[in-house]
Order: sequence, then structure tokens, then C-alpha cells
Amino acid sequence: MSVLLEVENLAKHYPVRKGAILARQVGLVRAVDGVSFTLNRGETLALVGESGCGKSTTARLVLRLIEPTTGAVKFKGTDITTLDGATLKGFRRNAQIVFQDPYASLNPRYTVGQTISEPMEVHNIGDAASRRARVEELLKLVGLAPYHAQRYGHEFSGGQRQRIGIARALAVEPDLVVCDEPVSALDVSIQAQVVNLLRDLQRRLGLAYLFIAHDLAVVKHVADRIAVMYLGRIVEIGEKRALFSNPRHPYTRALLAAIPHPDPSRKGRVTPLGGDVPSPMNIPPGCRFHTRCPYAQDICRQQDPVLKDGVACHLADQLPPAGVDFAGGLAPNAAKRLALYAEAAARS
Amino acid sequence: MSEPLLRIEGLRTVFRTSGGDVPAVDGVSLEVHRGKTLGIVGESGCGKSVLSLSVMRLVAHPGRIAAGRVMLGQRDLASLSMAEMRQVRGRDIAMIFQEPMTSLNPVHSVGFQITEAIRAHDPRASNAELRNRGIEALKRVRIPSPERRFDEYPHQLSGGMRQRVMIAMALACSPKLLIADEPTTALDVTVQAQILDLLRELQAETGMAIILITHDLGVIAEMTDEVAVMYSGKVVERTNARALFEDPQHPYTLGLLGSIPRLDEDRENLLAIRGTVPPPFNLPPGCRFNPRCPFAIDSCRAEIPPLRSIIPGHEVACIRAPVEASVAA
Ligand SMILES: Nc1ncnc2c1ncn2[C@@H]1O[C@H](COP(=O)(O)OP(=O)(O)OP(=O)(O)O)[C@@H](O)[C@H]1O
Ligand SMILES: Nc1ncnc2c1ncn2[C@@H]1O[C@H](COP(=O)(O)OP(=O)(O)OP(=O)(O)O)[C@@H](O)[C@H]1O
Ligand code: SF4
Ligand code: SF4
Ligand SMILES: [Mg+2]
Ligand SMILES: [Mg+2]
Repeated sequence: MSVLLEVENLAKHYPVRKGAILARQVGLVRAVDGVSFTLNRGETLALVGESGCGKSTTARLVLRLIEPTTGAVKFKGTDITTLDGATLKGFRRNAQIVFQDPYASLNPRYTVGQTISEPMEVHNIGDAASRRARVEELLKLVGLAPYHAQRYGHEFSGGQRQRIGIARALAVEPDLVVCDEPVSALDVSIQAQVVNLLRDLQRRLGLAYLFIAHDLAVVKHVADRIAVMYLGRIVEIGEKRALFSNPRHPYTRALLAAIPHPDPSRKGRVTPLGGDVPSPMNIPPGCRFHTRCPYAQDICRQQDPVLKDGVACHLADQLPPAGVDFAGGLAPNAAKRLALYAEAAARS
Repeated sequence: MSEPLLRIEGLRTVFRTSGGDVPAVDGVSLEVHRGKTLGIVGESGCGKSVLSLSVMRLVAHPGRIAAGRVMLGQRDLASLSMAEMRQVRGRDIAMIFQEPMTSLNPVHSVGFQITEAIRAHDPRASNAELRNRGIEALKRVRIPSPERRFDEYPHQLSGGMRQRVMIAMALACSPKLLIADEPTTALDVTVQAQILDLLRELQAETGMAIILITHDLGVIAEMTDEVAVMYSGKVVERTNARALFEDPQHPYTLGLLGSIPRLDEDRENLLAIRGTVPPPFNLPPGCRFNPRCPFAIDSCRAEIPPLRSIIPGHEVACIRAPVEASVAA
């Protein structure tokens, strides 16, 4: 498999200033604080972690919608943080984004057809007639109908608007699509439609996804590999099955233990992690997780662990095993009726 | 089972529009028992919030309760005066919402807002006593350094901490029933686990009943005793939490279960439910789920299927349930 994207030691720090005229710097928000990962062609890497851990900032840095404080983003071997002019435009065509809020990301005065063909116009692709044909093709690809091109965004439901956002991102045939919480605002039945669509498109078009989400069950369904972020850093990264069956970082374990399962026989098994996430203006010294970690030792308060073999924890090799029990699954009656549902849905 | 704490009977809440009255809650009957948790699950717009606001008599114009009763003991809350209802709120029934920031007043300290809730029902309490009881209330919801937090403002607290304050305010007068409308939807999963844990502990301590509204079937399995599944303003399935997952009956419930990815299972494709929820001003004839239902037949469009008992304690509003019997026939 060939590498599409290489992110090296990426950081984004925001100075915090006080005072109106002679503003002086009173602090530094370390939104992203040394992140490295690779993404292969046709692969899905998920970024997970709690609110404020730096997922969206990482996404923006990767697309160079914002400038990094330090670090490199190599796309097909070229560092895009140094590009400008035509080469930057070429990169932008290859890397697209789908946002969480399909309502906010669509121009209300544009028809759906205009919304989808705008990126093609920006990149001078085709003439008016071929763009119209391409819009029709894209609408069909995402499960909408050609006549929808004449309608406006507000006439569509949340799930349909997300389909429009996906069609727009695919219009210029990118290799990389960054999905920033693409299904988080949708109802579960619609979320499932969009998740199925994204997977189907990936298989057909060979897309690579950088997929940001906070729902680990969704992530497990769509991702090949998962990176767990905490306070601006990746604390664990790995193949998804290994990460769920043998989570090595205490924070990954805490995340998995906090998920309520749709299975009442496991009632009461959810175990909360104590405390709150510290402010990214005030990241704890040593291991940034030590203020909440049940295993913290002296070394954790003094030395910042580096990401090694996919985990950043001094004690990773000494912790007792923990992981999701994959033996559960649907109850027999539920499985039987779901199978009937699927059969009936396929027939009608 | 003993006499329920709250019995909702045939509740119908409508919104007046230029095109006539539109039902948001349409003939809902439910029971809540002492010390138990009733879960209400369903997708956006199915009427979960309007149902809970109706119980609290907080539905604002152009909405109104058009029919039905909300029996708390011998009293019908739907027919109380506003003054009588103010006495019920807080003391008998309290409510918490999804977004604690919008329900907390940003210009008043945490302590001021908590003591207001206490003072409303106990106007003779002294200031010192109010402060003590307020700090006590913060302690009960496990807020660290409650004396300091008492004097802080909502923006100084994290989302989880704000939801704890909301719970402290709701429980200040020891209500018999807490209505929690998506109390953890806006929170991170580890903070959600803290809040769910807290609600469970407080319920064990006080014996209060809870109505927990959520769209997350994991939260339903983790927290509830009884469950009602709502679709388009109606309850379509009602049973205990175990049976909902082990013996799900209504095709909509099946669709929901098939839509969620599970950690303990690998599936190529999620089941999903085709189409979208119909708007309340344009409901399909007959069963409201019929345009999306893979089992729909002509008679599903003829009339609205009533809730009927499939086995004792398990009610389903579908003419074809159990589906294996009708598909085979
Ligand atoms: N322009 C900015 N100036 C200052 N701080 C910022 C700025 N943008 C983001 N931050 C801070 O950086 C941190 C990371 O933000 P980011 O949006 O990347 O988080 P996230 O992981 O996407 O969170 P969420 O799950 O809530 O979307 C947050 O603490 C945020 O407040
Ligand atoms: N003020 C209002 N005027 C008109 N219709 C309303 C009003 N408030 C609610 N409705 C309608 O009542 C129906 C039920 O809304 P409700 O808020 O109870 O849904 P919900 O199940 O709580 O959804 P969510 O999961 O999004 O919170 C919706 O179709 C909504 O559009
Ligand atoms: S390094 Fe120490 S504090 Fe950090 S996660 Fe590992 S055990 Fe916990
Ligand atoms: S009554 Fe008919 S349309 Fe409604 S859920 Fe049952 S089978 Fe489906
Ligand atoms: Mg974000
Ligand atoms: Mg609601």
C-alpha cells in the first residue's frame, strides 16, 4: 500500500493576549502539540478523542486551511506547508473536506447544482455542459435524483444535505477526503445511510478518509486504523481490531469503558473516568494524562512519554489486559427479525 | 405492580399553524413507577421533548394540550391552574435539559441560582441556611470544592460540571420524579458516564423516579427499566428494557437496532431505515411508519394500528407483529 499523507510533528499554538492596545501575551493554547501519523491510499484513519483535544485543528492543518506553528504535512511526498500559487491550488483539488453541519456549509442562495459544481468552476474543470452532466452523475452517486439540482439546500433534510456536501467534495475527484464529524448531527437511521454511502464510495473510488468522530462504535465500523487524541497529542494509534481488543493506553481504556452498550445484560458496566480534561492553555507536565490516570507513578509526573510502537505511556507494557468483549452481539430473536427486515428491504 | 407514580392517558399536544392544528404528541399513554426509570427513545422530531414539556405544563404558544390526562396520584396536572402547577414543579416533578448553558443564567452565580430554587418552595429559610443547603446540594452531585463553586459563574464550569449544577437545582426540593431530556447528548462519552453514574446513585439514595429521554439505545440499555419507542408523535412499542433488545417487535425498533454499529459485532453494511421521518403537518395515512417500512402492505395504509399487547407487558402498534409469523403466512 502506498503512503498518501505523512504528518510529522505537527503543532498549532495560539497565543492568548490581554489588553486592547498594547496587547501582551498571557498564555498559549496548545491546540495541537506534536502530532505524527501516516495515511495510505484508499485507507480510513479515524481521529477520536473528547471535545477540544485538537481533532478539527489537525484536520484544518492537514488541508492547510490554517498555518502550522511547526511540523510538516507531506501529501504524495511534497510538503504542502511550503506550497503557494498553482501548486497549492493543485493540492486543494486533491484534498477535500466534508463538515459536520451540512446546513451551515451550504450557501443558501445556491441551488444544489450550483453548490456541487462550484469546486469544478474554481478548478476550471470542464465546460458548462460537462459540469451539468457531472452534477447529475454525482447526485446519482450519492443517492439523490438529477432533478434535485434545481432545488435549494433548505428544501432538504439533514441526511440529504450531508449527501449534497459529499457530492460537492467528490466533484473534483480528490484522493483524500477529510470528514470532520460527518454524521454526528444526524439521527441514527440517517447516520447509517450516510455511513453506508461513505464506505461504498470509498470502495468504488479508492478514496482515503481522515475521519473525525467521537462515537467509537461508528469509528469501529468505518475505520481501518484509529488514532486516539488527548490534549493535542496522539496517545495511541493502531489497527482497529487490535485497538479495541487490546487497548494499551489508559485513556483508550477509559474511553472504551465509558461507552454504554445496547445490551441490557451489561447494565452497570460503564465505568466513568474521574475529573475533567485540563485546559490546553495549561497542559500538565510529564504525561499529559497523569492528572486523571489511575496508574500514574512518579515518572509520569516528570517525563513526557513519546509515541513508541503505537502508544505513548511509560507503563504500557506493564498494565493488566483490558478490552472490549466481542462475544456479545445481537440477541437471537433480534438477529432473526433484523435478517427478515434486511430481506424485506432488499425485495421492496 | 403497585399504583404508578405518574400516569399519562391519551395525551395529545398540538401546535396551531395556518394550516390547522398539527399534532406533536398524538394519543400517548405511559406509566412511571416509583424508584424506576422510564426511557423514551426515538428520532429527532418524534415528540419526546413536547411530551415532557406537556407533563410539566411548559408547552408555549402556539402549542397546547388538546386532550388527555396527566395523573399524579389523584390530581390531573393537565387541568391545574398555573399557580397550582408552580407548586408541583420542583417539589413533585423537576426537569433537566440537554444544554445546561442555556438553562443556567449567565449573570448569576451558581449559588444564587441554586438557592433561588430552594427559596421558591421554602420562602422562610434564612440566608445562612440557604447557603448551607445550596452547598449541600452541590456536594450531593459530587462537585469538588463546593464552597468555591458556589460563588462561581456558569461560564467558569465545564459542560459536565454545569450539568451537575442543573441536577443539583432540580433535586434541591427532593422531587418524586425527575424528567431528564437528553441530559448527556451534548457531553463527551467519559463525562456522560459520570453523569449517568450520578443519576443512578441519586436514584438509589432518594428513590425518585426518572423519565430519561434519549436517542441513544446504549443509554437506554444502561439506564432504564421500562422503555417506550416513539415515532411521529406516537408510542409504537412499549416494554421492559430487556425485552426491547431481546425481543424487539416493531419494524421501526428493528430499523433503529439495525442502524447502530455495535462494538461487539462486525457487519459489512448497517441496516439503516430508508427515507426520512414525515413532517407532522403531512403525515401518511394509516401507520405513520408505512412509507419507510419494508413489511408494509395495503392494510397498513387503511388505519392507524393501535398499541396491542403481544405478550403481557409488551405492547406493539403494528398489525404484522411478530413479523416472522406474518412473513411466513
Ligand atoms: N483560533 C483559535 N484560537 C484559540 N484557541 C483555539 C482556536 N481554535 C481552536 N482553539 C482551541 O484549541 C483546542 C482544540 O480545538 P479543536 O476544535 O481542534 O478541538 P476538537 O477536538 O475538534 O473538538 P470538538 O470535538 O469539540 O470539535 C480547543 O481547546 C479550542 O478551544
Ligand atoms: N413551537 C413549535 N411550533 C410548531 N411545531 C413545533 C413547535 N415545537 C415543536 N414542534 C414540533 O413538534 C414535533 C415534536 O418536537 P419535539 O421537540 O418534541 O421532538 P423531539 O423528539 O424532542 O426531537 P429532538 O430529538 O430533536 O429533540 C416536531 O415535529 C416539531 O417540529
Ligand atoms: S504515562 Fe503514566 S500517567 Fe501517562 S498514561 Fe501511562 S501510566 Fe498513565
Ligand atoms: S403496521 Fe404495517 S407499516 Fe406499520 S410497522 Fe407494521 S408492518 Fe410496517
Ligand atoms: Mg471539532
Ligand atoms: Mg427534544
